[in-house]
Amino acid sequence: MNKTMLSTLQTPLQKQRVGMKTWKKCLLTLAASLAFGTVHAADVNTTGLAVTDTTVKVGILHSVTGTMSISETGSVQAEKMAIEQINAMGGVLGRKIEYIQEDGASDWPTFAEKSKKLLVNDKVAAVFGCWTSASRKAVLPIFEQYNGMLYYPTFYEGLEQSPNVIYTGQEATQQIIAGIDWVTKTKGAKSFYLLGSDYIWPRTSNKIARKHIEKLGLKVVGEEYYPLGHTQFNSVINKIKLNKPDVIYAIVVGGSNVAFYKQLKAAGIDMTKEKPLVLTISVTEDEILGIGGENMVGAYAAMKYFQSLPNENNKKFVADFKAMYGKDIVIGDVTQAAYLGPWLWKAAVEKAGSFDIDKVRAASPGIELTTAPEGYVKVHPNHHLWSKTRVGHARADGQYDVVFETKELIEPDPFPKGYQ
Amino acid sequence: MSLLLKSKAGMASLLPKKELYGFLVLALILVVVLPLSLDIFRLNLVGKYLTYAFVAVGLVLCWGYGGILSLGQGVFFGLGGYIMAMFLKLEASDPESTKIQSTPGIPDFMDWNQITELPFFWQPFYSFTFTLIALIIVPTIIAYIVGVAMFKRRVGGVYFAIITQAIAAILTILIIGQQGYTGGVNGMTDLRTLHGWDIRTDNAKYIFYFLCVFMLFVCLLIAQFIRKSKLGRLLVAMRDKEDRVRFSGYDVSNFKIFVFCIGAIFAAIGGAMFTLQVGFMSPTLVGIVPSIEMVIFCAVGGRLSIIGAVYGALVVNFAKTSFSESFPELWLFAMGGLFIAVVMAFPNGLAGLYNTYAAPKVDAFFAKLFSKNTTDNSAPPITPATKPVTKTESTSLPQGALHEPQ
Repeated sequence: MNKTMLSTLQTPLQKQRVGMKTWKKCLLTLAASLAFGTVHAADVNTTGLAVTDTTVKVGILHSVTGTMSISETGSVQAEKMAIEQINAMGGVLGRKIEYIQEDGASDWPTFAEKSKKLLVNDKVAAVFGCWTSASRKAVLPIFEQYNGMLYYPTFYEGLEQSPNVIYTGQEATQQIIAGIDWVTKTKGAKSFYLLGSDYIWPRTSNKIARKHIEKLGLKVVGEEYYPLGHTQFNSVINKIKLNKPDVIYAIVVGGSNVAFYKQLKAAGIDMTKEKPLVLTISVTEDEILGIGGENMVGAYAAMKYFQSLPNENNKKFVADFKAMYGKDIVIGDVTQAAYLGPWLWKAAVEKAGSFDIDKVRAASPGIELTTAPEGYVKVHPNHHLWSKTRVGHARADGQYDVVFETKELIEPDPFPKGYQ
Repeated sequence: MSLLLKSKAGMASLLPKKELYGFLVLALILVVVLPLSLDIFRLNLVGKYLTYAFVAVGLVLCWGYGGILSLGQGVFFGLGGYIMAMFLKLEASDPESTKIQSTPGIPDFMDWNQITELPFFWQPFYSFTFTLIALIIVPTIIAYIVGVAMFKRRVGGVYFAIITQAIAAILTILIIGQQGYTGGVNGMTDLRTLHGWDIRTDNAKYIFYFLCVFMLFVCLLIAQFIRKSKLGRLLVAMRDKEDRVRFSGYDVSNFKIFVFCIGAIFAAIGGAMFTLQVGFMSPTLVGIVPSIEMVIFCAVGGRLSIIGAVYGALVVNFAKTSFSESFPELWLFAMGGLFIAVVMAFPNGLAGLYNTYAAPKVDAFFAKLFSKNTTDNSAPPITPATKPVTKTESTSLPQGALHEPQ
């Protein structure tokens, strides 16, 4: 019996070291199971993942070098903190989580290479990672081929529903529709100018926004896209001044944000006067660090999490995060979503009573988290989260005041009918 | 008999003993040692590194021999990769597996961008034969146009490097901007089958690895042939004193265009092999950064050695992978250090190091090994005929190396 148990225990990495130490391991396994009465690794892991009687390996895959590192660092920190907290509570199914961190280096082929390494070589039980859509698209076929589980934290364009991914950020309709409804109802907006960086997320989001605006019988007076990293927004700002829209709907990302908001201010558009009003879905507290609070003050953002959310869960989360990474650290929407990943995985594993990917997948829909900093969340059968959307009003100190919150959780709808 | 002798003599002048050993050792490593010692995941990575070696070998011809420094080889690598990816993407987008889209039967990224019909220039890529022909023809035509536009006007050196770099930037912007037709920043992902054969299985990866090695050796032999032919000698002459060659009555630009086109074809084959082995293609492999990286592979290997270029690509990428696995947050510094060390300590790259330190010992070893075995009668008539050639080779090469290519 011991022999069969051990053979399923061994990961390829361990196989090389077996031999002399086999009997030792045998004894240790026995001792451990006798002493703690834990379930044998073989029973909770029938597919050869890196699970022992005391530990389980997971992967963290983000860019810590290259252009995306500024955005992704927060996610890495949040995931590490969640893992540390879970371990302090006794781990998952009695096993301490050990993470293997890999660097995607802001380069999509590297993401693919590293994800394959994590799944094939390290046999990790789950991966927390990716940030841009491009990196997710690059690793997706690999997760599907080797049947891994990815917890993806970023708000994104939707149009995807992989059995091997749990999307902990919002998909586009959750973020967009609530924001536009709010701005039309409370601010009486009638005309919109859509603006974005030129890639799939802003384009798809603006497509949804346009459809929704037109459904409400309102007007889109302009729609423009600029390459990633673009820094000259003077021409579009002039067009905005000519067209006089009620709302500038901005989905500019990365370094372009800095240029855009500075030039907006320099061109004499004072966002605090709300003529026009600026509504964005791409600027979290992390981005404001780069833009500068004084350049962003008065703008509105629609997303599911702000650092200033007043609930008890969030107060504790912010305090813990600051205790771990310093008091000046800021927490954006994606960082919070990344923090949910390990917790959702833990809940699913414990519900399934197994680390097997198929069982975790089957157990995932319906998983609830009452301790989430954003409040209560629940996993939908389509692998996205039910969540509320909030509207924040930017302050000069780089934080948002939450001015609106949807009453109900919004159902995730990655393939929205009538918006495609 | 005389024919046999002639072909043998031809063989010997193409691959003199010393260089033959180099080819054999490389073949031994790639065909026997690595497949036996690495698991399929690592072997697949080596296969990926080797696709960069195609570009590096092309750069040895263009830069090391021809003195044409192209900082835009990513363009051709990307063209090859994208052409292969277009074929695979069409096959992966059959109406059955894309039925969730608003227009089934077209690639997913087109659907996201509200394109409802397959664009006309995508149509031919349903044909594998067309794809293979396009793989060679398209990069050649583009390299030819660039070459004619530049070299006929005697644009060279730094200006040429800058222009190629601009072309790389232009192509990246074009691909990212036209995302409805190209997949944008995401690239073309989720490629699955080739003629119904699943390219993601371990088995397929083994086959692609060996196909990649085979193609690489074809390219190496072509490169070696060019190097040893009159064309190769003219390239070196042009690199060192272009005007003298021109005044001798040669049309310098045509030779440059030719070798630039060859480099482009090599890069395109590498790109296609990349797509097959990695399973996707994205604009990050087209732009300026990868183009410069490829020059670095070539420089680390030694820009005068076609075999060295292969080792350069392998070593740099292996270092990249292992550094980044052990130090995810610091590895870029290690890479930077490596490059500085290469340039400061051994400017002729790995090949330079090998020639200075290891070559004498290795040659002595092989000479010993083969002198025991030579009882062959046809050998003596050949050696005198080839010896003078190899001698001038070995004396002229280091001299060439002393001249800095512009």
